[in-house]
Amino acid sequence: MIRKKGADTAVTSSRLHDATGTPHIIECLNLTKSFGETEVLKGISFYIRNNEFLTLLGPSGCGKTTTLRILGGFEEADAGEVSFEGRNLLDLPPYKRQLNTVFQRFALFPFLNVFDNVAFGLNIKKRPAKEIEQLVRKALRTVDLEGYETREIDQLSGGQMQRIAIARAIVNQPKVLLLDEPLGALDLKMRKEMQVELKQMQRDLGITFVYVTHDQEEALTMSDTIIVMKNGYIQQVGTPADIYNEPRNAFVADFIGESNIIPGKMLQDREVEIEGRLLPCVDPRKPEDQVDVVIRPEDIDISEPSEDLICGTVESVVFKGVHYEMLIESDGGFEWMVQSTDKAAAGSRVGLRFGPDDIHIMAKSDFSPDAAGPDSISRAYEAAEGGEGDE
Amino acid sequence: MNKSLRRLSFPYLLWILIFTVVPLLLVAFFALTAYDSNGSLYFTLDGFKNVFGGDTVAFSFLGLSVQLPLYINVFIRSLLIAMVCTLLCLLLGYPAAWIMAKMEIEHRRGSNILLFLLVMPMWMNALLRTYAWLALLEPKGIVNNFLGLFGLGPVQFLYNDFGIGLGMVYNYLPFMVLPIYSVLVKISPSLLEAAADLGADPRRVMLKVVLPMSRPGILSGINMVLMPAMTTFLIPDLLGGGRYLLIGNAIERQYMVSRDYTTGSALSIVLLIFVLLSMQIVARNTDPDADEGGLVA
Repeated sequence: MIRKKGADTAVTSSRLHDATGTPHIIECLNLTKSFGETEVLKGISFYIRNNEFLTLLGPSGCGKTTTLRILGGFEEADAGEVSFEGRNLLDLPPYKRQLNTVFQRFALFPFLNVFDNVAFGLNIKKRPAKEIEQLVRKALRTVDLEGYETREIDQLSGGQMQRIAIARAIVNQPKVLLLDEPLGALDLKMRKEMQVELKQMQRDLGITFVYVTHDQEEALTMSDTIIVMKNGYIQQVGTPADIYNEPRNAFVADFIGESNIIPGKMLQDREVEIEGRLLPCVDPRKPEDQVDVVIRPEDIDISEPSEDLICGTVESVVFKGVHYEMLIESDGGFEWMVQSTDKAAAGSRVGLRFGPDDIHIMAKSDFSPDAAGPDSISRAYEAAEGGEGDE
Repeated sequence: MNKSLRRLSFPYLLWILIFTVVPLLLVAFFALTAYDSNGSLYFTLDGFKNVFGGDTVAFSFLGLSVQLPLYINVFIRSLLIAMVCTLLCLLLGYPAAWIMAKMEIEHRRGSNILLFLLVMPMWMNALLRTYAWLALLEPKGIVNNFLGLFGLGPVQFLYNDFGIGLGMVYNYLPFMVLPIYSVLVKISPSLLEAAADLGADPRRVMLKVVLPMSRPGILSGINMVLMPAMTTFLIPDLLGGGRYLLIGNAIERQYMVSRDYTTGSALSIVLLIFVLLSMQIVARNTDPDADEGGLVA
C-alpha cells in the first residue's frame, strides 16, 4: 500500500486534477525561498481545497511556517506562483489579501482591550459602529468568550488570548484562516480541548483552515488533509489515515507516530527478508537489495519464541497506561519497540508476531519526491543542520 | 533582600544624604531666613513675596499682553521655551528612533553605529559642547565665514531665539531619542504583521499600533527633556548672551550677582515644587506596570 510512488507524485505535481471535484481555493506552484545561504523551500507545489482543514506538518526548519508566511504576505517567495481563487496572490500586499492569520504567540495589541482587539480589522475597514459591535459579539460568542469585551489583554489566560486571537481573525470573515502553531504556547490539557474546538469552529464557519504544526497528533486529530514537509520538500500529501497507515517513506513513518524501521531485502513480489527470515507481505514490488521495512509498534504482538518468528530479549518494559511499551533486542541486533497490552518480563525471550499487512516496504532514502537526485538530498540535510529555525 | 546585600547600599544612601538631602534642607532654610543689618538671622517670607510679587513686566505671547510679576513672567517664558524645545526634540527624535529601531529589528545590526553617533556627544562636557556652538555660530565664526564665501551673511545666529533653541535641541535630543528607541525596539514584529494582516496599510500600522505602543517612551522622553530644558541656565547664558533671562539664569543671578540667597532659594523651592508636580502628572499618565521607556531600559 506504500508502493504508490507514481500516484503520490501525481498528488504533488498535478494539482489541477482533483478526484473529489471540490474547487481549489489556493494553488501553489514551485515555491522557492532562501534566507541567505539556506534554502528553506526547494520548489514545493500543492493545492488547498475549498473549506478543508489542511495542515502543514514537519519538524522545525522544514519550511512550513515560511510557506504559511508566503500565503499571508509576510515573506516574499523567491520564485513560484500562488493563486487564490484563480487570481495571482503574490502581487498583493498583506493588507489587501482576503486571508487572516492567527499568529504563533497571539500577537494581540496590548494597549487595546478585548473588544478593540477584535474590532481592529473592522475599524480599519471603517464599518459602521453598530455593525462592528454586532460582528464582534458574534465572534466572541464563536470562541466562547462572551462578556469579556472590556477585559484588558494582560488579564487573560493563555487559552483566552488564543481565543481572542482567533476571534480577531474570523471577525473579518476571511475565506481562508492561516494558523501558525497557535496552540504551541498552551499547556497539554488546554491544547487538547482547543484541538476539538478548532475543528468544530472550522466546520461551523465553513471556511478553509491552513494550519501549521510540528505536532503529529494535532495534525492527525484535526486535519482533512496533511502535507508532511521536511527540509523544504513535501514528503507526502494525504488524509490523516493515509499518512498514518501508508507512510511513503521512512521519514514520514518515523515522524507520524513511533515506528520500527528495519533494513530488509525484497526477494520477489510480496516477499521480504528481514533479519534472515523470509516473510510474506502485501506490497507488490520488484526484487531490491536494500529497502526500509516499517512496522508500527502497536502492530506487533508478543508471543512464545519459535523458529518462524523474529526473536529477541526484552530489555525494558514501561507501563504507559493503555499498554506496555517494551524495547526488545532481536537476535539480528536490532532494537524493536513493541506496544502491547500483554506484558513480558524484562530479560525474557520472546517472539515478535505480525501479519503480512503490518509490513510496510519503502525504498531506502526514498525521501524527496521532487528532488533532483541524491546530491540535493545531502544538501537538504546540511540545510537542516544549519538550522533556519522557523519557530 | 539579603541583609549583607542591603548593607552595600549604605555608601549610596550616605552620599544621597550629604549631597542631596542636606543641600535641599539648606535651600529651604535659606529661603525662609535673612540677615538683618546687625548680621543676625531672622525668619522671613520676603523671598516668596519677591517671587510672586515685585515689579510687574509686560508679558506678550501670541499678540496678548499681560502685566505679570517679574519672576512669574520669567517662569512662564522658561516653560514656553522648554515646551517648544521638547516639541522640536520629539518631532526630530521620533523618526530617528523609529529608523534605528527598524534597522535593529529587521537586520539586527546597523543601528549600533547610529546609536553610537547619538550618544557620543554626551560623553563630552555640556559646557564644551555649547562653547563649540559659539565658535561655529558667532558673527566671525566658521559658519558665517563659509557663508561669506558666497557673499552671504554674516547672519546673526546667536543671542536670539534661534541660538537658544538650537542649543537646547542639540543638547537634549538624545534624551528624547533613547527612551523612544528603547520602547520601539521592543515592539514585536508580529504585532505589525498582525495589523497588516487585519487590513492596515503601512500608514495605519504606524498610527494605530506603533504610535500608541510608543507612548511610555514618548512620555519618558518628554520628562527627560522638558525638565532640564526648563531649568537650564548654561545654554541661555552662553548662546543667549545673557540677554535671555530664563528661570535658571534668574536663580543663578540671585546667588552669584545679587547675593540674595533668600530670593534665590525661594525661587528654587518654587521651581522644585513645579517640577515635582509635572513629573507626577507624567507618571500618572504612564502605565505603572510598564517598566519600559526609561533611559536605562
